[in-house]
Amino acid sequence: MNQPKNIVQKIWDEHLVAQQPDSPALLYIDRQLIHEVTSPQAFTGLRQRGLQVRRPDRTTATVDHALPTLPSPDGTLAGRLGLADALSQKQIAQLETNTQEFGIQCYGPASDRNGIVHVIGPELGLTQPGMTMVCGDSHTSTHGAFGALAFGIGTSEVEHVLATQCLLQRQPKTCKVEVMGKPGKGVSAKDIILALIAKIGVAGGVGYVLEYCGEAIRALNMDERMTVCNMSIEAGARAGLIAPDEVTFAYLADCPLAPKGAEWDAALEKWKQLPSDPDASYDRVVTLDISNLEPMITFGTNPGMGMPITANVPFPSDYSDESQKAALEKALAYMDLQPGAPLLGHAVDVVFIGSCTNSRMTDLRQAAQVMRGRKVAKGVRVLVVPGSQPIKRQAEAEGLDKVFLAAGAEWREAGCSMCIAMNGDQIEPGQYAVSTSNRNFEGRQGKGGRTLLASPWTAAAAAVTGMVADVRTLLDD
Amino acid sequence: MQPLTKLNSRVVALPLNDIDTDQIIPARFLKVTDKADLAANLFADWRFTADGSPRPDFVLNQPQSRGAQLLFAGNNFGCGSSREHAPWALTGFGFRVVVATSFGDIFRNNALKNGLLPVRVDADTHQKMREVLEENPQGEWSLDLEAQSLSLPGGLTVHFDVDPFSKTCLMRGTDELGYLLSFMDQILAYEQAHGKQVGA
Repeated sequence: MNQPKNIVQKIWDEHLVAQQPDSPALLYIDRQLIHEVTSPQAFTGLRQRGLQVRRPDRTTATVDHALPTLPSPDGTLAGRLGLADALSQKQIAQLETNTQEFGIQCYGPASDRNGIVHVIGPELGLTQPGMTMVCGDSHTSTHGAFGALAFGIGTSEVEHVLATQCLLQRQPKTCKVEVMGKPGKGVSAKDIILALIAKIGVAGGVGYVLEYCGEAIRALNMDERMTVCNMSIEAGARAGLIAPDEVTFAYLADCPLAPKGAEWDAALEKWKQLPSDPDASYDRVVTLDISNLEPMITFGTNPGMGMPITANVPFPSDYSDESQKAALEKALAYMDLQPGAPLLGHAVDVVFIGSCTNSRMTDLRQAAQVMRGRKVAKGVRVLVVPGSQPIKRQAEAEGLDKVFLAAGAEWREAGCSMCIAMNGDQIEPGQYAVSTSNRNFEGRQGKGGRTLLASPWTAAAAAVTGMVADVRTLLDD
Repeated sequence: MQPLTKLNSRVVALPLNDIDTDQIIPARFLKVTDKADLAANLFADWRFTADGSPRPDFVLNQPQSRGAQLLFAGNNFGCGSSREHAPWALTGFGFRVVVATSFGDIFRNNALKNGLLPVRVDADTHQKMREVLEENPQGEWSLDLEAQSLSLPGGLTVHFDVDPFSKTCLMRGTDELGYLLSFMDQILAYEQAHGKQVGA
């Protein structure tokens, strides 16, 4: 009998092209996604070497990071481009030139399928179980929700994949993350992943691919699974994935570019072989019981500095390690927060609901659940930014846009928006934002801005109260 | 890529944990379509005040940092975003070596493709190196990549691991794409065998 394998080992073996002694393996990449910010220098490199894009049919582009999400003055999607600054316009134009020249499908600003790269890939059905996928973006781990081995790469590697459809890789170690228990009221996928990162730390996953499993993961829908896998990188893991099951297959059956007919039947047969064998081994196992988990929120300047919403900010003296102590002191100084103080009741200036972590229908429905019939607190700016144009249309069909607008929030076009502060959406120095995005690094949402990461429920609770609030007090039983 | 074999250099001390790539080069500087000039904004938000003037207390603005090729960081250096602009900014400033107790995976890969050597040391060694640096902040450290060693003033020599493939690429200044392209026959064969050829 063959050695039992986990899902990561299965995908790795299936994609191994060559392996020389003392050298990294050549791993075949089934699909590459590209966007405007991390691809221009890769195309320049190809031209300098006189190379072609080997498999434009396995490459898909979108524009998301630098594209403004304000509604365009002329009412067209492409009109948003006119709101970008000159540098961004040039960068976006270059992506369109590059994709045209090399025959790559680009869902650009004018496309009614435009959106955040990690939202549109799954939505289109480009993301499929068992695939290897890459993108010049660290949140590529999102696609692991479908049982794909998906990870972020740098621009040199974008060029490597464009030129050869392969990457040089060393086989990653594997870590099984078993999540048990049922979530209580107001506890979402975002709280699960924030709790995991708080537990293992922002370097806890370095060198590993995480496989999330257990009853709490199985109970999640695809939007929620994407939220969990998305933030694998915030634990230092390049990739995180979830074995496909009936929930995955039901989602894919409706996707435009997923296999159809006989091809679907054949694909399904293969996908069902992917889950880890019962006796498969892992380099490490981590468990998390969410039975008593509260909504989570971060207080510091990396995603591992998180705590239950009712907890108090820790003291540097709680840590024995000098470097951790120093890190917390630096973080609290930047955040202007006092050790020992609660975050509940802390005033907020901005609420951002969006990003590749939390901009899908499940997220927007949860935010609307809290904001329906309530008003945004005085003086708070609230941005709700759908992850893609199809999500925007679906939300509008369900009347969610009216809920947000009636409450006093801004309802935007799709894009990365305030997660990355390079497209016009950003917070001001000293402001506090409760954000559903993935990074609370210094300046991430705007120079001097202070980010508190939380779920869409918790963000919506902050929107209507004007402060850090426990959403459980606002949700019906 | 500039070959890297040996160097002697003063050291820039930034021994903080979890320095993310947003600190190394903030996102608003990623609107470029080339690799030039990123060094001007290396650590921009730590290095400059709101009006753009240098903060005298930040290490990169101090005279001993001028011309330094070695950066001494803390744990998990280069975590976060995959932006290769981070190693482009670091090498543009002149850095060839970063010492840390661990690195973000994507940053490490990106660094190696740009002639920037990530030197990983254990926590005890890191502490000893830090003490040497505090005692002698102006001292030069010597890298010998062939020997996989860093020699510090006062006699401390630190040996580090680097995989043979990366070491060869760094020492010869060759990049990996040429190596990848030499496998084209195997790539085509893989595609045929797995039904992944064009039009399949």
